[in-house]
Amino acid sequence: MAKSSVSTTNACKLCRPLGACLAFRGIEGSMVLLHGSQGCSTYMRRYISGHFREPVDIASSALSETQAVYGGAENLKQGIRNVVAKYAPAVLGVATTCLAETIGDDVGMAIAELLEEDPEMRAIEIIPVSTPSYSGGYMDGFRDSCVAILEKMASAEQSRADQGSGRIGRLNLFPGFLSPADIRYLKLVMAGFGLESMIVPDISETLDAGIGPVFSRIPAGGASVKDIRLAGSATASIELGLLNPAGQSAALLLERSLGVPARRLPIPMGIRYSDLLFEAICSVTGTPLPEKYQQERGRLVDAMVDAHKYLFGKRAVVYGEPDFVAALTCFLADVGVQPVVCASGGDGPEFRKTLEVLTRDLDETPEILVETDFSDIRFHSRAAAADLLIGSSKGNHIARDLDIPLVRLGYPIHDRIGGQRILHVGYAGALNLLDILTNTLIAKEQEHLGYGYSYM
Amino acid sequence: MAEFNQNHIGIDVISGREDHICRKANAPGKSACGSGPADGAAISCDTESVAGAVSQRACVFCGARVVINPIADALHLIHGPIGCSAYTWDIRGSLSSGPELHRLSFSTDLQERDVIFGGEKKLEAALLELIAEHEPRGAFVYSTCIVGVIGDDLKAVCARVEKETGIPVIPVQSEGFRGNKNAGYKAACEAIFKLIGTDRDATTVPLSINILGDFNLAGEVWIIRDYLKRMGIRVVANISGDSRVADIARAHTASLNAVQCSGSMTHLAKMMQAGYGIPFIRVSWLGADDMSRSLKQIASFFADPVISARTEKLIAQELVAVAPQLELYRRRLSGKKAAVYVGGAFKAVSLIKSFRAIGMTVVVVGSQTGKRDDYEEIRREADPGTVIIDDANPLELAQLMETLGIDIFVGGVKERPVAYKLGVAFCDHNHERKQPLEGFTGMLNFAREVYGSIASPVWQWMPRRKISSETGAGNG
Repeated sequence: MAKSSVSTTNACKLCRPLGACLAFRGIEGSMVLLHGSQGCSTYMRRYISGHFREPVDIASSALSETQAVYGGAENLKQGIRNVVAKYAPAVLGVATTCLAETIGDDVGMAIAELLEEDPEMRAIEIIPVSTPSYSGGYMDGFRDSCVAILEKMASAEQSRADQGSGRIGRLNLFPGFLSPADIRYLKLVMAGFGLESMIVPDISETLDAGIGPVFSRIPAGGASVKDIRLAGSATASIELGLLNPAGQSAALLLERSLGVPARRLPIPMGIRYSDLLFEAICSVTGTPLPEKYQQERGRLVDAMVDAHKYLFGKRAVVYGEPDFVAALTCFLADVGVQPVVCASGGDGPEFRKTLEVLTRDLDETPEILVETDFSDIRFHSRAAAADLLIGSSKGNHIARDLDIPLVRLGYPIHDRIGGQRILHVGYAGALNLLDILTNTLIAKEQEHLGYGYSYM
Repeated sequence: MAEFNQNHIGIDVISGREDHICRKANAPGKSACGSGPADGAAISCDTESVAGAVSQRACVFCGARVVINPIADALHLIHGPIGCSAYTWDIRGSLSSGPELHRLSFSTDLQERDVIFGGEKKLEAALLELIAEHEPRGAFVYSTCIVGVIGDDLKAVCARVEKETGIPVIPVQSEGFRGNKNAGYKAACEAIFKLIGTDRDATTVPLSINILGDFNLAGEVWIIRDYLKRMGIRVVANISGDSRVADIARAHTASLNAVQCSGSMTHLAKMMQAGYGIPFIRVSWLGADDMSRSLKQIASFFADPVISARTEKLIAQELVAVAPQLELYRRRLSGKKAAVYVGGAFKAVSLIKSFRAIGMTVVVVGSQTGKRDDYEEIRREADPGTVIIDDANPLELAQLMETLGIDIFVGGVKERPVAYKLGVAFCDHNHERKQPLEGFTGMLNFAREVYGSIASPVWQWMPRRKISSETGAGNG
């Protein structure tokens, strides 16, 4: 069901350039400059920093009225020069905003001119991405940026260790936008299979940094330029999230241009989709599931049994980006929770189709909301007599109004700490979600029963 | 040749920003900007931000949005793509004692086809459906960057809808690129001014004021209104914290405007003075000294001995109530050093005094949007040697924290992680605060928060960190 109104009330989506800022943050030594007016970069810095609790420096070309009329190329070039002078990035993402797109600035040409004028800038990977805010959402900007990064930097080059060894050892992983904790988990999985991996973007350290001896202008971590260049020599690419168009798939790009076989999988949240990920890695590497993950899976199944009575038939509302909603819906269906509203500010025929398949055998068909907003989500949550909400912190108003709990997952979480450390993926992530979900429901019941209880 | 230059201050700045940083000289009347003349008033300010500088500022739209948005029974519709609305949803923490329409974020969510064919029809339809659904007492329609470029006629749409619905529908000229945040404040004042005087039946209220430039964060307006009530002074309108369209419509009936956030509201006060003959005074409700001074100023305006006596009594009572605890904090915090970087300059001035009251020294003070007069006032109030900075960026702030040995940084949410990463305590003096910092109780809350961050045992585990001299990615 599409949104009921012409206007949007409390958007359930974020604008496209934000995704570029997030994606470039996962590249080692990188900075982003937004080509537009000053406010965009400041808003996005705040929006990112409020969730991750990290400094987030995003430059702006700071366009003003004159440039809006006569073009912003000079500001863009000056902006790049200043960022390079103060931050010395190895990679610089240049993402557009609605203003730059509407006035029709040619970013590629401005960068070409800059490289002519300042040949030393050639040492930096300057990567333009078109991210008009009036089209698509932040995951479009995120995926487009990954594609642009690989398009610019990946080659068929092989590392010395890989050359002629014939070994299966290198995997490209495109995780999409997961939490730093998720990325750290996936890295351990790769290591557990004895794989060298390139993860783009890798925000595991850059958006959840520990305290080292000094403060750096650009945080340590991220996918290294060296590793990205070797992407063409990998055995395969695995991409998590498959509801964006094929043109936004970095894995398919590498398959097409460099012959690296691509596997596109849903986000591995819950047991079923985690199985898909582990099966894919086993099949690519030709190795069985390591003992460690067999045990992890066993523990998850044991916990699912322990929790099933508290979950069965509970009515959940799930909202967020299409891939996130689809994966959570699958997880809920697998543990006996009834999804009653599945909502996204985005759309796509694949999204609806996937959800229909996932919920086909349930007692009740959930309301599927596309291109929706929180006003509609609230209406349908009330109508469906929901027991709980699952998604970003932006559902907090609905939770308050309907007096039902909100399980904060995904992005953004602006009214709690620790969003960057929530583990969503894999068997361990499923176990974590299961515990949070179950305890939230138990706490609510305990709070509402007049007498409370001491055992359950 | 400058008496002091950037090297003297000890930090590295982006080319073009040298004159936005200066240090108040130890000798009176002799302070200097980076490479500018040795004249205290010479700081560069109120200019466009330098491209690539990672300014802490937002845009014209943001300036307008934060000033008007607290009007709780108005519809606030953002005409533009979704980002401008999404990033400012419930952003301000302005509390309302009644309706909460301002906490919803309405957008026309412009799409590519709207950019090509124009967004006027969508805007009109959006306004009509939202007004029908929410029955607001008025509507503000904010323009954003691309609306300015595609040339939608906001005025015409607003006029049509106003006629059809019978409520005031006011366009706000807030295209993001048309200047800096100050231009947004001006656009907000002009929009609000259109409402003032529209209640033609309202009659003059004796002994009354309007509170301008308070946004009721954490319920601060309620504290101030309580003080004024105890003095025997009525408040016609709070603009814009916890305000209503009807209050603003009769704001012209007040005898005086008390302007706190001077950066955003002086323009409105001046228009009201010119249009309705209402004089204005500048006040600050932050810190015990400024709080007392402001109440006395209001009392003396009315030249009524009863009001003056009540005011003196109120101040004495309130000061006595907070003095013992403040003294406790003062003893514990004495000698500590603070850095202040805030949006508006009035707050910076009050914070210098507030810190002084608890025995601390402000060694860095700056603002996003201060104007020449504001910086002159800051310079007057600041201690000799204080670094004064306009439109700073994180690298400059980080360097100042490092080189000047700051104990606590006061700012907004964007500055918080920079302070924490350097091992510096932090006080949120922006939208996110949940404790009122205004009034006498607010002064105590402020001291408690400063103490609570500085005295936290976590710092023993967190080294004061140096900024890596290497550019590019580092190890932390």
